[in-house]
Amino acid sequence: MSETEDVNDPGDVREEETVESDEFEPVQVFGDSESMDLRPGSDDCYKCSTCDTNCPVAEVDDEFPGPKFQGPEQWRLKRKDDREVDDSITSCSNCMRCDSACPSDVPLSQMHNTARGEFVSEQMEKLSREYVRNRILANYGTLARLGSKVPRLTNFVMGNSLVQTLNEKLLGITSEREFPEFAEETFREWWEKRGGTAASKERAQEARAQRGGAKIERDEKRVAYFHGCYSNYNTPAVGKATVRVFERFGYEVLVPPQQCSGTPMFANGMLEDARRSAETNVRELAAAIEDGADVIASCTSCSMALRQEYPELFDFEGTASVAARTYEAAEYLRLHEDLDGALADAEVDLDPVGTEVEGEEDGDAEFAYHAPCHARNQGIAGQAVELLDHLDGASAEDVGPSCSGISGTYGWKAEKYDASMEIGAEMIEHMEEADAETGLTECPTCAMQMEHGTGYDVRHPMEVLEDALVDGESA
Amino acid sequence: MAIEDDVVVVGGGLAGMVAALAAARQGAGVRVLSHADSTLQSASGLVDVLGYPAAAGDRNAVASGRGSEAVGERPAENGVGDGTTENGVGDGTTENGVGDETTENGVGGGTACGPVADPFDAIPDLPERHPYRTVGVETVREALALFDEATGNLYRGGHTDRNALVPTHGGTVKPTARYPATVAEGLASDDRPTLLVGFETVTDFDAPLAADHLRAAGVPFEVRGATVRFPGEFRADAARTRLADALDANERVERVRDGGGRGAGGSYSTTLPARRALAAAVEPHLDGAERVGFPALLGQHETEAVLADLEAELGAAVFEVPTGSPSVPGMRLAGALRRACREAGVRFTTGNPVVNYETTGNGEQDGEIAAVRVDRNGATVPFHAAEFVLATGGLVGKGVDSDRESVREPIFDCHVPHPEDRYDWFADGAFGDHPFARFGVAVDDDLRPLDSAGDATFPNLRAAGAVLGGYDFAAEKSGSGVSLATGLAAGRAAAREVFQ
Repeated sequence: MSETEDVNDPGDVREEETVESDEFEPVQVFGDSESMDLRPGSDDCYKCSTCDTNCPVAEVDDEFPGPKFQGPEQWRLKRKDDREVDDSITSCSNCMRCDSACPSDVPLSQMHNTARGEFVSEQMEKLSREYVRNRILANYGTLARLGSKVPRLTNFVMGNSLVQTLNEKLLGITSEREFPEFAEETFREWWEKRGGTAASKERAQEARAQRGGAKIERDEKRVAYFHGCYSNYNTPAVGKATVRVFERFGYEVLVPPQQCSGTPMFANGMLEDARRSAETNVRELAAAIEDGADVIASCTSCSMALRQEYPELFDFEGTASVAARTYEAAEYLRLHEDLDGALADAEVDLDPVGTEVEGEEDGDAEFAYHAPCHARNQGIAGQAVELLDHLDGASAEDVGPSCSGISGTYGWKAEKYDASMEIGAEMIEHMEEADAETGLTECPTCAMQMEHGTGYDVRHPMEVLEDALVDGESA
Repeated sequence: MAIEDDVVVVGGGLAGMVAALAAARQGAGVRVLSHADSTLQSASGLVDVLGYPAAAGDRNAVASGRGSEAVGERPAENGVGDGTTENGVGDGTTENGVGDETTENGVGGGTACGPVADPFDAIPDLPERHPYRTVGVETVREALALFDEATGNLYRGGHTDRNALVPTHGGTVKPTARYPATVAEGLASDDRPTLLVGFETVTDFDAPLAADHLRAAGVPFEVRGATVRFPGEFRADAARTRLADALDANERVERVRDGGGRGAGGSYSTTLPARRALAAAVEPHLDGAERVGFPALLGQHETEAVLADLEAELGAAVFEVPTGSPSVPGMRLAGALRRACREAGVRFTTGNPVVNYETTGNGEQDGEIAAVRVDRNGATVPFHAAEFVLATGGLVGKGVDSDRESVREPIFDCHVPHPEDRYDWFADGAFGDHPFARFGVAVDDDLRPLDSAGDATFPNLRAAGAVLGGYDFAAEKSGSGVSLATGLAAGRAAAREVFQ
């Protein structure tokens, strides 16, 4: 400060504070954010409403108050004892786009998950059709485990239009969608038959020897694969592709025991179910990390759960290290291997139906790529397109940043089906405008919506990488 | 191995996107790393270059923090002066009134003075440390040319060097170099009688109040404000993008008889397409107005058609008044720049923050920056490049951070000059000439951040936009122009180094 000023000015409040209150120490009154106190997040909201303008549900559902209300505003209202959680929380599809829209880092989806959990456990009628239906949808993994024991029968029954009608009438599961078929052999059955980790270790060693040449590569490369329910029961080809691509880069793959990631449980407010699953997953994956593995997932909602939702909602030992050591599969390879270079040296001769452009020789196989909402928050929304840019014989066109609209179990609910299709309309339109007639995405339920809306086949990027980088393996 | 590009730009706002676009246009492979969706969504969409002359208070870098009680109001409060007619843009009529004397005044700073008529004339008079002085007036012109080309027919104002005067949602008049085409009919230099229309549920635009403010500011036209109900059954807290969507799609909505009261049975007559219903709600208030201003929500995508339909229905010119967040013009601008970037081959990686960096150094020397690291829920993801641009914003955008002890740039820990005593960071009056407004990294002529000794910190790091110090964008109305000009300069310099 200026020396010419009168330092004894009695009206100078500043002097009082700085000189006489030397002992003053600011007190942290709100606790730290580690203890799952949502107050700091709520206080960070300055009501810019950017989340509301990015919410795909609010865009089509005029009854839905939007993420700003569901999160910070509801949290404040709830400080009054007599306030219940507004039932509109069940209309949030948990796409989590509000998280990446927020310029102020408000943990919106954490607030939504917490509020939804409270609503379901304390306010929802446990005998209601909605609760029963949601519980069934949320526990798809359990259902799938039973159904896949007799895949042909299950597929027959679930594909039966009478059963679909009953599902809609009795349970409120839309009859508009085809139930996903169960594979005749699950990924885990294939994995065990193939020889499990021991076989993987051998293949990884072979790959290292073959590619390492004179140069000896770091020999302990290990990943634990979180395959999730869908690539286990429905699309084992994705799981197999992931395993083969990692082995090709010299990784020994572990497939730890695992349960549902919890994604559909969060979205339906079944936090106790999610907690049980998460506890198993964290325990098993933390043990794999102890053994020197990093965790990879091929489903972006699974990796999202492990990376963000677990640490935001649970506090098991190892939760933080599992979150920090989990990657989406292609992301991991890109960071740790020369994946871009390997793809630049490779080419594929894919012949997806209908992609031959007449008069065009050597036309690339074109994919219409949709980035899942849950990939956005992991920072990998543009990854698949970038990877295929390097690869001769295939290319991907991003069909835009809109949400597919299915959001896991959301689009399966009869009362949400129309909104789901309205949200997805933009993506479907862009897919149809794109040159491609094959879809591409990392998320199994986005894939369902893409297929449902366009009739296209939908592939997973790991399958394309397998085609490009892995020499055939029988079975 | 890793993800590798020629140039990595940290930050996805105006400065970051322009830096990326400039570098990509030179042929460099560019990636933008952005913590969240672009904050341009919150920007008004007005692109200012210099609205008011810089306050003189910062000439000696450290203001006393006291002695500025005389500071009156912010220039923005001040409107356009005392009733003299304005124009600024427009059709070749003579300019006057609008502070064409751009001389600085007053020690102690912040004293209101008239708006700048021609920012390009005024730039050479800015303080030496001002970012415009660093990059030079020619760069400012080139940056605007790039902006004009990238935004195409979305923007107006490029026909003249002079500032346009745009009425804001607060009823002030903002001098600005470029403005969305949708606000063109609303310029304050135009003397046609004007009706401002607000909606009950769009609370940050109070049309009668804004009209009062404009009158008080001495605008050369008659202006009235009216509040109507947006037709249709929308939530009271419906996002304004929802209303824009209704106009885009021209959804059929229930027509409300004006003055019929809400909820009273029989106040609805029929359903109409949204644009017609809106015009019908406004019509009774028209009363001779030749132009009508709405809060900026006239369609997200079909804006031109929405405006044309409303104009046909009302028989008056229609314009948008830019609003605060969430800003539809800001979203349109973000979309246009993103498209231009994508067409130039820029890659975007969004969703997680850059937290620190790796160098090529060996411990004794810092060397160059080899990579910046993004934090993905505890996992560290490096992004390698030859050149880096820091465009993370200022104190509001979190590109500059502070606590009770100090002011810092959090990623590279670039030196941010500031007085040691935090009571010297601010002036006493709310609208005083605050030193903190100029806090930011100091740079050399090539926009490379300087350390406390005045040497460039890293040879391959440049800074652009609000993270730069030495200017007060809020007082000067220079935020967009500085972002454009320094973004262009930093992006071009980065590309130049790549190809050297």
